[in-house]
Amino acid sequence: MTTTTRMTETGTITIDATVNGRPVHATIAAQTTLLDFVREELGLRGAKRSCDVQVCGACTMLLDGTPVSSCCTLAWEAQGKAITTIEGLSAHGSLDPIQQAFVDTGAVQCGFCTSGMVLTAKSLLADNPSPSRDDITAYMSGNLCRCTGYWRIIDAIQLAGERMRDKDGGS
Amino acid sequence: MTNHTYTPGGESIGRNVPRIDARAKATGETVYAGDLQIPGMTYGKLLRSPYAHARIRSIDTSAAKALPGVVAVLIGEDVLDINPYYGHAIKDRPLIAIDRVRFAGEPVAAVAAESLAIAADAVELIEVEYDPLQTVISIDEALAADAPHLHVTQLLKKGLFHGLGDFNLDPGNVCYHHSFARGDADAVFAGADIVVEGEYTFPGIYQYAMETHTTIASWNPLQDEVQLWSNCQHPFLVRAEIADLFGLPQNNVRITVPWLGGGFGSKSYTKMEPITVALARKARRPVRIANMVDESMVTTRRHGMNAWMRTAARSDGTLLAREVRAWFDTGAYADNGPRVVATGADAAPGPYRWEAVKVDSWGVYTNTSSAGSYRAFGASHLQWAGELQIDQIGRQCGLDGLQIRERNLLTPGEYVRPGGKPLDADLIGDIRQAAANLGWGTPKPDNVGRGLSVGLLAAGAHPVSTAFCRMEADGTVTVYGSSTDMGQGVRTVYTQIMAQELALPVSRIRVIGGDTQITPYDRSTGASRSTTLAGMAVKRAGGELRQQLLDIASREFGLPPDALEIRDAAVWHEDESRSFPDLIKAHFGMVGGELIGRGEVRPEQGSGSYAEGPVFWEVCIGGIELEVDQDTGKVRLLKTASVADVGKAINPDQVEIQEMGGIMQGLGNALWEEMLFDPQTGQLLNSTLFDYHIPTFGDLAVEHASSIVENEDGPGPYGSKGVGEGSLAGAIAAVATALYDAGVTIDQLPATPERIWRAMQKERME
Repeated sequence: MTTTTRMTETGTITIDATVNGRPVHATIAAQTTLLDFVREELGLRGAKRSCDVQVCGACTMLLDGTPVSSCCTLAWEAQGKAITTIEGLSAHGSLDPIQQAFVDTGAVQCGFCTSGMVLTAKSLLADNPSPSRDDITAYMSGNLCRCTGYWRIIDAIQLAGERMRDKDGGS
Repeated sequence: MTNHTYTPGGESIGRNVPRIDARAKATGETVYAGDLQIPGMTYGKLLRSPYAHARIRSIDTSAAKALPGVVAVLIGEDVLDINPYYGHAIKDRPLIAIDRVRFAGEPVAAVAAESLAIAADAVELIEVEYDPLQTVISIDEALAADAPHLHVTQLLKKGLFHGLGDFNLDPGNVCYHHSFARGDADAVFAGADIVVEGEYTFPGIYQYAMETHTTIASWNPLQDEVQLWSNCQHPFLVRAEIADLFGLPQNNVRITVPWLGGGFGSKSYTKMEPITVALARKARRPVRIANMVDESMVTTRRHGMNAWMRTAARSDGTLLAREVRAWFDTGAYADNGPRVVATGADAAPGPYRWEAVKVDSWGVYTNTSSAGSYRAFGASHLQWAGELQIDQIGRQCGLDGLQIRERNLLTPGEYVRPGGKPLDADLIGDIRQAAANLGWGTPKPDNVGRGLSVGLLAAGAHPVSTAFCRMEADGTVTVYGSSTDMGQGVRTVYTQIMAQELALPVSRIRVIGGDTQITPYDRSTGASRSTTLAGMAVKRAGGELRQQLLDIASREFGLPPDALEIRDAAVWHEDESRSFPDLIKAHFGMVGGELIGRGEVRPEQGSGSYAEGPVFWEVCIGGIELEVDQDTGKVRLLKTASVADVGKAINPDQVEIQEMGGIMQGLGNALWEEMLFDPQTGQLLNSTLFDYHIPTFGDLAVEHASSIVENEDGPGPYGSKGVGEGSLAGAIAAVATALYDAGVTIDQLPATPERIWRAMQKERME
């Protein structure tokens, strides 16, 4: 299926995508970033703005499962794609194993980086269910945390990986 | 788990209770200042000066005001009906530039509009004519005899929270001078076997709380009421300054503090609140000003510093004397500079037994962004230089880094400085633990260095905190305190303390956030004081409530209170118990009611724990093992070690995580981070995270080893004392001593590969 995006004469654009599994159809200013679209238009405020130059990862969302810095992604780039935000991981009332592992290992302090960390980790564990410490530090290097010193975040990702593997093995 | 030495009943202290906020933060539900939507809210954007020093000749806002969607434009002349100068130490800062700008990035105009995009467009339409003035960007330029003066210092007034004694400034660019001397330093140096001496440079550093400064203000013109939602660390001090600036009673100013996305001192004292309130006053609508990172970088930073230091010793390694002169670059406005200058000076001698010390430190105005608090200020600036000199002396005496410290460190009960609180920590035990964590004494290659460091930080600030708690009819408890949770976990610690005092599970306790109209006074959130002081206020509030429950139960049982005990959410006499809801019902009748407990901490007269300053001595221990690439100067971190001397760990896991985070920031300060101001224009050159390196996952050491020392020697609840800052200062200094062990004598931070390489070349030439 091909999808086309067309800008109107008023500088607005129409976008069709899914957000956390739900279809979204919206007309927005063409220059709207994915971060502003999701935070301001859709009211999902779990993604955070910090560096605004694609360095810190606080605004991370998944597009078809791939992490992107939504501060530097135009909303129309999500046309036809599946957008996953932090709110989508616990949409059914229970925590994703990664979120649970962040809680259990003490990987959360101020929390401003956490939604981005969890989503990047989600993508990492989908690619590599059993990552080494080096795998984690390489994959996660686009997500900054100023509080924790990172050690517990590594623990959290490894714990989540173990639990997810155990669950898969047991089913 | 044995907690019987603490308040009878609870089992919360010393347990790794999961953070009460972790789940909401992991799901993205936590509301930060930038997530709030206030009805009628407009969006603010600032026009900032491109000049570091200039007269403002004219400002034309007409095109901006004409832009559809613009609600208000604020410039200096709009605030001349009040005295627009503020500053908690020195009232040197106008809330918006009046007729002159003193740093590149100073707010010159502010726009409130229906959307952020309109506000940003309007800012572009404002025309300002400047007459550039001569700049002073470096400390040396500012101190030159012919330097232009940033302020007429003789006319400056003390701020509301000066608290630093005499205030008689000579004309010039010095905003504060702090000095002390004991013994005859000149004579001791003249007679010493060994004297080491050096000049040292420390950079300006950005705290980088990931959440930038974000403030929403609403002004109700009918009532002259101001409501602020601000991510501030010290809401009560901000409230006082806002009330003072705008001529309002303090109870007409309400500040609500949401969860903070980090603070580290960057959100201490008053920052963006005055200009946001002034804009809201003019707009007659609520307005939000949310900084971008480059704006927060010029809102506050750590002081850069130049220093000279020398240390004298006997040939057997006995330390004799230290002399220090240090100049701190506080930027265009003092902010917390005077306190940083004083704390830096106090920490400069280090925790050793001296025959003589002589310390002078100065705060210096420059045409750069204002510098204030950053985690472990004071200790961070000079501990590394002092500890480097200790190791230089040790090497001359044939003592390693552990031996020379064991020989000279102060022991508990000795005076750190005359008249203050004696040392309340076992530093020799601490440094031995750090050495053990590093594998001290085991073989290593020549290009690998191991370094230790130890320092003390006067912690706790002024000891005033209050708290109260309500027990509802169903036995649940709400805790009211005003210490800001900026990620350090203070609300979790309050929960544990209250659970302990009332023998309740933590799930029955709720801690609400700071709100100056609801939660009671707390001086500030910083100086590692929240657990020690605010935590003690919470403990006392819980204790008062517990006593009320015992008194009610005493009547119900017909027994004296001391025949009763509290455990498992009930009051017991032998096998018979009455639950808390039962007791409240008995006390108030069938519809119930509530019990209120109140706790207070203040400077106590006599022998109380809070009688003498500082509240406690925070121990700043560091241990680093690193490898230096001999060809490139690049550092590879092999091991970091921490020793948290906390008296009693209320939540050991949270102590360890704070230590790990503090070390990571210390590594950033020591190895990578430096704000670069253009020497001519004064503009910040590395104003994005592309150019300013925050430590990442890839910067971690290969290994980390943590220890917690619990001697129950702190003045806080259960013998605790604060944590969180010491590891940062300790890590910076341990990088310097580890580099020295690897053959590199560094005198300028950050120790970049280039600086290390140059130091190695110099060593090879000599």
